[in-house]
Amino acid sequence: MRGVSSQFSPIIIRASTGWVSLRLADLWDYRGLLYFLAWRDLKIRYKQTILGVTWVVLQPSFLTLAFSIFFGKLGGIPSDGIPYPAFVLCGLLPWQLFANTLIYSSNSLVANERLIIKVYFPRLVIPLSAAVVALVDFFVTLVVLFAIMTYYGIVPIFTVWTLPGFVLLAVAIALGAGLWFSALNLEYRDVRYTIPFIIQFWFFISPVVYPSSLVSETWRLIYSLNPMAGVIEGFRWALLGKNPVSGSSLAISILAALVLLIGGVYYFRRMERTFADVV
Amino acid sequence: MSDVAITVNKLGKLYRMGERERYHMLRDALTGLFTGPFKWRCNGRQPISNGNVSSATSGSKSEDCDFQSQQHIWALKDVSFEIKRGEVIGIIGCNGAGKSTLLKILSRITEPTEGEARIYGRIGSLLEVGTGFHAELTGRENIYLNGTILGMKKTEIDHKFDEIVSFAEVENFLDTPVKRYSSGMYTRLAFSVAAHLEPEILVVDEVLAVGDAAFQKKCLGKIGEVAKNERTVFFVSHNMGSIAQLCTRVLWIHEGRLRLIGSGPDVIGAYLSFGTKANAFWTNSCRNAGVVGIDIRTARVLDEAGELSGAIPFGQPLRVEIGYEVVTAIRNLAILCRLTNAQGTVLWTSWDTDATDWNGRLRQPARYSSICRVPGGWLRPGRYLLSIGTITNGAVLLDYHENVLAFEISEVGYRLNASRLGVVTPLFEWDIKTA
Repeated sequence: MRGVSSQFSPIIIRASTGWVSLRLADLWDYRGLLYFLAWRDLKIRYKQTILGVTWVVLQPSFLTLAFSIFFGKLGGIPSDGIPYPAFVLCGLLPWQLFANTLIYSSNSLVANERLIIKVYFPRLVIPLSAAVVALVDFFVTLVVLFAIMTYYGIVPIFTVWTLPGFVLLAVAIALGAGLWFSALNLEYRDVRYTIPFIIQFWFFISPVVYPSSLVSETWRLIYSLNPMAGVIEGFRWALLGKNPVSGSSLAISILAALVLLIGGVYYFRRMERTFADVV
Repeated sequence: MSDVAITVNKLGKLYRMGERERYHMLRDALTGLFTGPFKWRCNGRQPISNGNVSSATSGSKSEDCDFQSQQHIWALKDVSFEIKRGEVIGIIGCNGAGKSTLLKILSRITEPTEGEARIYGRIGSLLEVGTGFHAELTGRENIYLNGTILGMKKTEIDHKFDEIVSFAEVENFLDTPVKRYSSGMYTRLAFSVAAHLEPEILVVDEVLAVGDAAFQKKCLGKIGEVAKNERTVFFVSHNMGSIAQLCTRVLWIHEGRLRLIGSGPDVIGAYLSFGTKANAFWTNSCRNAGVVGIDIRTARVLDEAGELSGAIPFGQPLRVEIGYEVVTAIRNLAILCRLTNAQGTVLWTSWDTDATDWNGRLRQPARYSSICRVPGGWLRPGRYLLSIGTITNGAVLLDYHENVLAFEISEVGYRLNASRLGVVTPLFEWDIKTA
């Protein structure tokens, strides 16, 4: 049995006031739970659906097909000299990683109500495990990317080593926003209805189906205030090696990620003490 | 010092009334922001965190704030106690008394509004069996998931896996999704995982209300075993029998306050008679002697010692005393007493002339009391209702008052299997011989 030494330092339970500590060490203790919650979500999803893991692959494949036909062929949207399917897929993958992380983490607390009212653990584990699930999905969809790149004979150059950085950035922005939304969602039950709309809107202001070069110079700065613009452009650059991402939009992305994430974690921790009372 | 497991000092938790029913809408918060920013601020978020308590209780300048303050309720207030290592503490009280709130604070699920608790050691809480169980997952998968949720490490679960499985008796169904389990199997598995959690302090809420009697017994045994290993157990239950059997001390929480703490029988006795005393005594408010010549005045339930009692320990006799006044002399009168159990089944109807020589005798004008002696050892634990009436000429009901008295047969002293079939559980004499 563990915890014999714990008699020297009792757990003190009292109302917390003001700025709370993040207790990240506590989170580390519960990393096993983080793993099992993510494992549970993945397992259940693949058990309950007929298509299982293929669904994760089919989704971006069909979207790429549809976008290539309607935007690439019929719409004639430029793609910076890259074959349109490869172009759009390279935007779609980070976008879906972002959108899924945001959706999963925003709904995670409400979905795990039973746990919140019955068991103690650092609540941050819940949205974090949602982000892990979205990341796993993302790694599976990379299969489609390799297929498309092989088909068009695109060989990644040294820039590909920056890819993990952009993946991390997409997750950080989404998780930061997701932390805000998940805590708000618990308190205000109509927040969840706004999320699909926000994501749809965000999709159109992000350079997924069109290059940001389509936006005129005068509007470019305002355009790149969207932190996902830098991430998606960066993602494309890392994979395809063309059109380097501008320093300013990259800086905006990193700054936004930091602000959202740090603010989100603090907001979440502040709200955490009342979670069990409001659900 | 080192033998203390928990100290609780002036613990309190303030809730806003009706909060559980109400989810907030962002819409409301936003419209509130525009229509009455002042009100919005007072409304705040609840439960009130430490900082706002003073404004909630001492009142503040705006009328709106005063209005808000009236809606707050202390689910727990000024609760202090100290628990030693190895004690099994029972927590009793009515529904909504604050028992669950106390457990939730001690389990760190929710924060107190004031006061503090110090916990010496790892705490494991079991507020529900099978928290986080997922129907689609197999028994094996759920053991890992549930174990991790309860705070076990994977290696710890690996280590105890076989023990958990054999305790739950589900060896052959490990790879079956739990949605195909019978409810008994499901409960056994859920309890088994929790029972193998080995914290220094275990908090258990009502989990024994589930499963069949044999398994309940096994669970109680497990809890007793936990306590033997110098570990502390907190145990909330409405089942006085298991509280009496298991607990070294009992805490009675009433309306958010600690009402009594002490040995099991003392606290349980006080609690049971408190809850039902009002119903063990009845005064008739109607007077109809003018019509029938007799008035039933009072009726009460007495225990063996002749004390008014709403809770009779199992096995002990009780008396029903009916006081009445005969205004005009009457022959062929009988006082009737009828016992109904909580399910509404009439167990018997008895007349005071059944076994006495009062049958056919004239009752002169006077005050009388008829006492019905009910032997012990056959009413199973539970709540019972008594109806009182008067009858004349062997059939005509003069006066009838339905379910005016209530009493409880408590589980104290009840040793039979709780799930035994039958409306009553008489203790017959058996002769056992070798043939």
